[in-house]
Amino acid sequence: MRLHFERPAPGNHTPFELDVDFRIGRGITILFGPSGAGKSTLLDCIAGLLKPHSGRVALGQRVLQDSSTGSCLPPQERKIAYLFQAPTLFPHMTVEQNAGFGVADLATEERKAAVYYLLEVFGVAHLARRKPGQISGGEAQRVALARALAPSPRAVLLDEPLKGLDAELKSSIVDDLRAWNRANWLPILYVTHQRDEVDALGESVIALDGGRVVSKGVPFAVLDAPRTRRLAHAAGFENYLRAAVLELREADGVMRARLSGSDAELELPLGYAAVGDHVHVAIRAGDIMLATQRPSGISARNILEGTIDSVEVRGATVVCRVNAGAMFFVHVTPGALRSLEIVAGKRVWLVIKTHSCQLLEE
Amino acid sequence: MEALWLSLRLAACTAVILLLIGMPLAYWLAQTRWRGKFLAESVVALPLVLPPTVLGFYLLVAMGANGPIGKLWVALFGHTLAFTFFGLVVASVLYSLPFAVQPLVAAFESVDGRLLDAAAVLGAGRWRTFREIILPLSVPGVITAAVLSFSHTLGEFGVVLMVGGNMPGITRTVSIDIYDHVQSLEYGAANRMAIALLLISFAVLSTIYAVNRRVWSPWPVKRGE
Repeated sequence: MRLHFERPAPGNHTPFELDVDFRIGRGITILFGPSGAGKSTLLDCIAGLLKPHSGRVALGQRVLQDSSTGSCLPPQERKIAYLFQAPTLFPHMTVEQNAGFGVADLATEERKAAVYYLLEVFGVAHLARRKPGQISGGEAQRVALARALAPSPRAVLLDEPLKGLDAELKSSIVDDLRAWNRANWLPILYVTHQRDEVDALGESVIALDGGRVVSKGVPFAVLDAPRTRRLAHAAGFENYLRAAVLELREADGVMRARLSGSDAELELPLGYAAVGDHVHVAIRAGDIMLATQRPSGISARNILEGTIDSVEVRGATVVCRVNAGAMFFVHVTPGALRSLEIVAGKRVWLVIKTHSCQLLEE
Repeated sequence: MEALWLSLRLAACTAVILLLIGMPLAYWLAQTRWRGKFLAESVVALPLVLPPTVLGFYLLVAMGANGPIGKLWVALFGHTLAFTFFGLVVASVLYSLPFAVQPLVAAFESVDGRLLDAAAVLGAGRWRTFREIILPLSVPGVITAAVLSFSHTLGEFGVVLMVGGNMPGITRTVSIDIYDHVQSLEYGAANRMAIALLLISFAVLSTIYAVNRRVWSPWPVKRGE
């Protein structure tokens, strides 16, 4: 699909613009991006709940919307399953009635069969007579899935459907969905802003930020090499730095840059920059090593001297803030904390590999 | 007590008609994004602020033998619309319109929009969505609309007097009857009718509130409540 959508924002803010152009195939494609990137808006446009200002959306051979011909199928006719963030079950109907809502035009026997089959697949058939107010959030979302899939849709849209559920619940729903899709093999577009869900479902990923497709491909390529700061933040990069390019070394595939506000120099992967340009760099806290002596004979090209500013133990991870010309977040294990005797004020060296530094676009 | 019976008949007819025409109107108001919506809302709300005699006067003129509606009526039915029971019904419907429409609009608007989206994506057209989703979730609002229009009509005086002409058995409602008795210093008769009306009204309201505990108090228009 290719579409352009504009929504005027209240006040003096610039209107929100969504401008995308991509195709997805069968299987699960993840739509990843920070809040406000336009993911829900995009799904609403695909489902027909919002009308884009221009563009074309097609499902296989069926054209759902095309501004050049003026055609626009209403959501009722698109045969697309859409699951919202909250289960959104009809509160006055039982689970069974909810699940059967989309197939009301079938004969009673057929309808019951279809409904109960799906309720069983998602493990909630025993709740058939209950009302939404009497079941838990996880159960409600499963009922919502059964309801959405009952009318044999041609595509499935899921808007952060596992939000607020605990890990075990999430993985069991994901397993059921996967199993169902192995049998049905539909294109599924799954929206999330959480890294762990991408890894769990990870087939192919499209990254959306500020209303634009920023990158697409396999999870590693998209999430471990984020291109914008907000995407990096969503993908779990804790450090953002600004540096001025000093020298390009094309033969080595690197460039040297000076960290803004200090004398420290970094060796970064070669990017599209000229000497004197400012670049933005993102580094994962988990990619930085701490040393209590200046290391020698080591392959990492970036060794920065600094002082520990604070130490915080968060479960199995220790978060150290280190002042090394800029404030860095470094993750170490509790074992390392003890054996290196890391305390605030201690002099340390940060060890960062060149390719742990991700160049950002803005 | 034919005046009492007349009043009850009038109130019931008005309530039923107001539900029938109020629901489509309220549905339209609840979902339209027309920029002139405020005009429609003002027209609906007019009877709340107009003195009854103003409304009564204009209705009398329109429905009387020389008015546009009156002339049409005479042509169709051979007699005037004013001073008839049906004329009273028309007047009551207009006079109690906001008491039906406003609770209905508030009820329809309070239905979660995402529920409507879900219904649409599952293939339900507008009519089915209204019947199966909006209406069942708006029952308290419908009941409020019915109760308010019934009660409001029961208590009408000014409009009914002007349009109805106070004809015994046809347009002499109980509120007018009480007024008449008071004017003729027949306080005993007036008192009997007043108490009857008070008790009936109270009984109707108590039953409705008891049966449906989610009915709001009778202040019209608390949007989004």
